[in-house]
Amino acid sequence: MSQADGLIVIIDYGSGNLRSAEKAFARQAKGRPVLVSGEPDEVRRAAHIVLPGVGAFGDCAQGLRAIGGMVEALNEAVMEKAIPFLGICVGMQLMCRHGLERAAPQSPHDGLGWFDGQVRALNVPPALKVPHMGWNEIAIHQDHPVIAPLDGEDVYFVHGYGAAMAAAAQGDIAATTDYGGPVIAALARDNMIGVQFHPEKSQAAGLGLIERFLEWRP
Amino acid sequence: MLKIRIIPCLDVHEGRVVKGVNFVDLVDAGDPVEAARAYDAAGADELCFLDISASHEGRDTLIDVVRRTAEQCFMPLTVGGGVREVGDVRKLLLAGADKVSFNTAAVNNPDMIDAAAEKFGSQCIVVALDAKQVDEDENGARWEIFTHGGREATGIEAIGFAQNMAARGAGEILLTSMDRDGTKSGFDLKLTRAIADAVSVPVIASGGVGTLQDLVDGVRDGHASAVLAASIFHFGTYTIGEARAALAAAGLPVRQ
Repeated sequence: MSQADGLIVIIDYGSGNLRSAEKAFARQAKGRPVLVSGEPDEVRRAAHIVLPGVGAFGDCAQGLRAIGGMVEALNEAVMEKAIPFLGICVGMQLMCRHGLERAAPQSPHDGLGWFDGQVRALNVPPALKVPHMGWNEIAIHQDHPVIAPLDGEDVYFVHGYGAAMAAAAQGDIAATTDYGGPVIAALARDNMIGVQFHPEKSQAAGLGLIERFLEWRP
Repeated sequence: MLKIRIIPCLDVHEGRVVKGVNFVDLVDAGDPVEAARAYDAAGADELCFLDISASHEGRDTLIDVVRRTAEQCFMPLTVGGGVREVGDVRKLLLAGADKVSFNTAAVNNPDMIDAAAEKFGSQCIVVALDAKQVDEDENGARWEIFTHGGREATGIEAIGFAQNMAARGAGEILLTSMDRDGTKSGFDLKLTRAIADAVSVPVIASGGVGTLQDLVDGVRDGHASAVLAASIFHFGTYTIGEARAALAAAGLPVRQ
């Protein structure tokens, strides 16, 4: 099966609202099948994989690991077979090595470890509200076919934690937004993309990103 | 820079928009899904559905409205009204809501906010406060929380309650002045500012918008992160675009 008519899998691991994500991807799928699934075997068949996520890092990581064989199937598809992958919000955060949300600094939650970064509470001046909630424009740091067209566009964020990259992984930062300083808006390397914002809630800008992701052949 | 959000709010009773929405191109002014689509097209930053149905049947209809809206609108959707238990949050989120708003239940059982935030994350838990000024002495104004659409006094002081809700995990406060709601005389700016300055989470100002200047004042003087209005948009007095232009003209950040 070619990617053009290939299966789009949105991973269901008991996290929040998958319906918006499903509807947004179905709208941009051009007739390709969109499956919301918690089955590792479906992930292995996918031409494009989406990991949505709302809630707390630890709960989400636990939910993903609670599905027997899911982390292995993801590593196989994404790291070995280079299937295009998009993590959204906590889905992006889970692509990082560690998360400190509701965890002691010495015993962080483990993520998938694909990006060498840590997910920490947003460190913003006291005058700014947390969560970072609403529309904020992004600045592009990589000439990436999926993300770069969003340069200067407003997209919808809602998060209280954000990724911080290790020194050697700064090149994985694909976009930032400004909220009392730079906040990572997108990470990208090889066949992997993670976005902190919600493309499925970002009206035309978000639907455009989804369309480009589904056409992406890294 | 983070933008000020402009949020139209639709009151829904048994699956129909109360009072209707007066857009020229709307075939059925009472259909909440059609109204949602129109606001999506107009570039609203978020949409709020407030269910005022008394019955469970009405609530089930709302879930269907949320589901059909989420199929067509790719914008953030907050749903409130009659949310009584954590299970209601799940149902609404599964239908396609992004945020769920608690009102009376948050007053009667504050622990529910901890439980809901723990389960679904603070980002989707909104507490809607209906506040009314009760007196004004040498210490300044005092506002108290009212429930049941502003009919029942609770005696609970509003600023402390807002702080309590944020500490328990509410990710946002939707603040309505019962003194101003429906008056078109502007937000209660002292109340809005007192609450917005007292909590670390975003505050949506609501109740009393009659002019575009009211929206500007709510942000500039009330320190609100977002402004919510109903009738000025529904009756076509002002468009979302005009509201945005007014905020921009006042030097406030809005979406282009």
